[in-house]
Amino acid sequence: MHPVIKLLAQRIALGLLLLFAASVLIFIGTQILPGDVAQSILGQGATPETLANLRAELGLNDPPLTRYLNWLFAAMQGDLGTALTNGQDIATSMGKRLGNTLFLAFWAAVVAVPTAIILGLIAVRYQGRWPDRVISSITLATVSVPEFLLGYIAIFFLSVQFRVLPSLATVYDGMPFWDKLYTIALPVIVLVLVVLGHMMRMTRAAILNVMQSPYVETAELKGLRKFTIIARHALPNAIAPVVNVVMLNLAYLVVGVVVVEVVFVYPGMGQYLVDHVAKRDVPVVQACGLVFAAVYIGLNLVADVVSILANPRLRHPK
Amino acid sequence: MKDDLAKLIDRIDAARLSRRGFMGTAAAFGAVAMSGTPALAQEVKKGGILKMGLGGGESTNSLDPGLAASQVPFHLCRIMGEPLVDVAADGTLEMRIAEAVESSADAVVWRFTIRQGVKFHNGADLTPADVLATLERHSNKDSSSGAFGIMEGIESMKVDGNVVEVTLKAGNADLPYLMADYHLQIQPASSVATPDDGIGCGAYKIVVNEPGVRHTFEKFADYWDDTRGHYDGVEITVINDATARMAAIQSGQVHIANRVDPKIAKLLSRAPGLTVQNVSGRGHYVFIMHCDTAPFDNADLRNALKLAINREEMVDKILDGYGSVGNDTPINAAYPLFTALEQRKYDPAAAAEAYKKSGHDGSPIILRVAEGAFPGAVDAGALFQQSAAAAGIPLEIKREPNDGYWSEVWNKQPFCASYWGGRPVQDQMFSTAYLSTADWNDTRFKVPAFDDLLLKARAELDPAKRTEMYAELSKMVHDDGGLICPMFNDFIEAVGDGVQGWEKNGVQECMNGLAPHKTWLA
Amino acid sequence: MRIPFAALIGLFFTGLYFFMAIFADFIAPYGMAEVVGNSWEPASWAHWLGTDTIGRDLLSRMIYGGQTTIFIATAATLLSFSLGSVLGFFAAVKGGLVDQVLSRGVDLMMSIPSLISALVVLSVMPVTLPVLILVMGILDSTRVFRLSRAVAVDINVMDYVEAARLRGEKQMWIIFREILPNALSPLVAEMGLRFIFAVLFISTLSFLGLGVQPPMADWGGIVKENKDGIAYGVMAGLIPAFAIASLAISVNLVADWVLTRTTSLKGGRG
Repeated sequence: MHPVIKLLAQRIALGLLLLFAASVLIFIGTQILPGDVAQSILGQGATPETLANLRAELGLNDPPLTRYLNWLFAAMQGDLGTALTNGQDIATSMGKRLGNTLFLAFWAAVVAVPTAIILGLIAVRYQGRWPDRVISSITLATVSVPEFLLGYIAIFFLSVQFRVLPSLATVYDGMPFWDKLYTIALPVIVLVLVVLGHMMRMTRAAILNVMQSPYVETAELKGLRKFTIIARHALPNAIAPVVNVVMLNLAYLVVGVVVVEVVFVYPGMGQYLVDHVAKRDVPVVQACGLVFAAVYIGLNLVADVVSILANPRLRHPK
Repeated sequence: MKDDLAKLIDRIDAARLSRRGFMGTAAAFGAVAMSGTPALAQEVKKGGILKMGLGGGESTNSLDPGLAASQVPFHLCRIMGEPLVDVAADGTLEMRIAEAVESSADAVVWRFTIRQGVKFHNGADLTPADVLATLERHSNKDSSSGAFGIMEGIESMKVDGNVVEVTLKAGNADLPYLMADYHLQIQPASSVATPDDGIGCGAYKIVVNEPGVRHTFEKFADYWDDTRGHYDGVEITVINDATARMAAIQSGQVHIANRVDPKIAKLLSRAPGLTVQNVSGRGHYVFIMHCDTAPFDNADLRNALKLAINREEMVDKILDGYGSVGNDTPINAAYPLFTALEQRKYDPAAAAEAYKKSGHDGSPIILRVAEGAFPGAVDAGALFQQSAAAAGIPLEIKREPNDGYWSEVWNKQPFCASYWGGRPVQDQMFSTAYLSTADWNDTRFKVPAFDDLLLKARAELDPAKRTEMYAELSKMVHDDGGLICPMFNDFIEAVGDGVQGWEKNGVQECMNGLAPHKTWLA
Repeated sequence: MRIPFAALIGLFFTGLYFFMAIFADFIAPYGMAEVVGNSWEPASWAHWLGTDTIGRDLLSRMIYGGQTTIFIATAATLLSFSLGSVLGFFAAVKGGLVDQVLSRGVDLMMSIPSLISALVVLSVMPVTLPVLILVMGILDSTRVFRLSRAVAVDINVMDYVEAARLRGEKQMWIIFREILPNALSPLVAEMGLRFIFAVLFISTLSFLGLGVQPPMADWGGIVKENKDGIAYGVMAGLIPAFAIASLAISVNLVADWVLTRTTSLKGGRG
């Protein structure tokens, strides 16, 4: 296990370095974007005087490097600062949004990941026969419909026509747990449909890829049941690509669901970030970018480590 | 369609009449107005929570009234706060925090008598000093307030007993209308440093403030006006996606939804449990040319483009009839002192002739649009391109990102799509966008004769003479300006059947933001 | 060799869509931007699929939209696959510093939400087709890189790769002759999906105002233009959605067929 721990330490250190690099890139990005926060706040109502006043008020007249270093210094001490646009404490308001995002992502993942893998296994077991066909076509269809359309279709059947589930997924503090689950049911359904196909297909393809390996043949010759062979012998050897795709989709669930948030009015990170990018509220964009980067880097790390642990040849390099 | 203007005028007249019907007499300008809700057929019922699903809110929104720029912050201002005066549906003034307004004969000095017995949400009494502090905050030279522009004409202000006296640099007969601006909610003097503390003097006080998500309010027990604010509380859910907003009202999750897309308004009105309310307003969808930039510095080319747009088709297809035809002036019948000009029509032959006369080299004219300019702007651009092509004028549509449109394209590029929300009075509309020196002169319309006449009209107290002057001003913009105004849009809202007491008020959306104050749940 | 029925269906529809895309100018009954009727007219003999929100012929828009969609998606997918897989294999085979630099570089790119990347790049660069394809291809290649590297790392420690190395084969030979054929099936499966994601990504960009320029359209954009009518029984928004879904399914039916062919080609000794 020793090399793995060493690798882990290495990767975490690298991860911190990456976070720093990401924050620099994001800061540069926000500087390249045309317009600034003062202009965006005042919008069509901006006059040269009010613009100048607001810029001075928000400290935008400092050179960019000074602003970045100020931010970096404060951030390293755990102070993310306050939003330029409305003066709210970033750590508090973002924390709430992040909690919501993770809550939604968690429940979507809890449903989607096992379902995808089990469906993938079933598809391999009955490869080329009707269960495989049905699973493959349905998941393909759900993957290829634009996610907002899936959302609207779900809303119009389940909340407008039959009024089974609420279309507004606006959760808030102090909402009882079961109410929360009920409220987010529709977005969870849509997210599951969106990510299911990708993971299921990759599971299927990766397992098929190893199905003709000698050890699978050996297992077949031993007379094991087909499903046991797939689950016990093929799946562990196909784990690397599967984990990678699962990781990509988990990251998507945390970082990329802004469209679903908009459709279901869910107070998550995506909408929060987009609003602040549109308003050029650099400290908030930086903070969100940092969180997203950390999520990505962390999930990547997990995927790489799992891949290594799953492959004995990688676990014990020659 | 050609009778649209006449129809619009009728509608305004009807609104005025019905309002007179229950108001007794319309509040005369400068007099003490009635603020009470009249006795209606139905009994007002107190209590309940009003749920509003509103588009136009962001997680960057602040509670500072000075920074309000989109719909949700507008509603926050209106729900929590109260200005000195309000513009009523019929264009007259309604007294709110001010009890009375009077002016000197030259309209230079204005005296607002402040109402007694009004309390702030923190329990303190509202005094003339608070009013002065609020107005000063918006008008001092370090201000970042959205109302800064309209306060520029103020020379000095002072408190005199229970009167706040405002002295102007030059006479302005419309000053009280300027005080009705939604940024100018009266706040305590102690809030000058912290304008986003949410302490107002309106009928509801804020409980939960999650910008871009939800805002909840409870009834302010010490609110001074018993005839308003019938709910126990108000709950705003920010729903920016139009389809999601419509789903919310159709499934009964909210009572009021704003900004109904005109394209679906007719379809939506067939849904059970709700009515679609529309009222014509002052807002207009426009294409603007810079009069000082080639090729738009050529009057014939401007004229050609004005003749090459099919206004009826736009109202039909972009607004689905929920609006009226524009006439290349920012003024419509919703304004006081309005005179109709001769309607300019789509005439490909005349447009082709004017285009030929302009001597333009035939290279494509680039029109910049974005969905964020106004709803349907990209489609409107496509329609314009087609109707211009029929006149042999080559238009090229360039779609810009919504993000950054107002800072990078509008008022910078020589030809683009835009939106104007309108102003309460003609003077303010013209001064904001057509005066040579105006910051937002987004058509670069610089005509000294126009400026002179506008200033003269501003100080004129005789309505008949002003009407005449404003007609002349409109005509100047119509004939020579860089404004192509194909349509005025209606405010369209979906209102659940439970909501009673809805009035048509086109000053701003949702009854000028007074829906939470004047309606009740059956 | 017998082509299975499902693959035939896939081939037929994929072929049909590509055919319509290539010959759009000859097939479409009306112009792409031509306004020929009222908003949301139902289907008729003159307009087989009805008209769209401002009265353009929907069938013509679908055909031209298909051209844009298929062209951009194909080009972007090809770009992301050639770039992503080659770099991924290279990183896996080389290992060590090269692997670290490439992998962490990709981590860095992926850690910045693609929305922000796209916003920044497309608001600075002019939005033209080549730029769109480049941006989409490069952003997407990071995902392909991760997958192909993961697959290749596993293969790279196999005995036959070891053997090839001992034989003294060159790096390139190992990548293209040993690793590529053995990594093909997950990659082909992924390629089918990536193509669809590319189609969806264009529509997201159109939504942000960064996609193709009007009056040009892509299928996702047509869904968006007409989505409001769906709830009230106007089909104009569902037709392009159906087109995307059917294209997705047929492309992936073909991919599945290729997948089974490649796995059986290996003859069990892989």
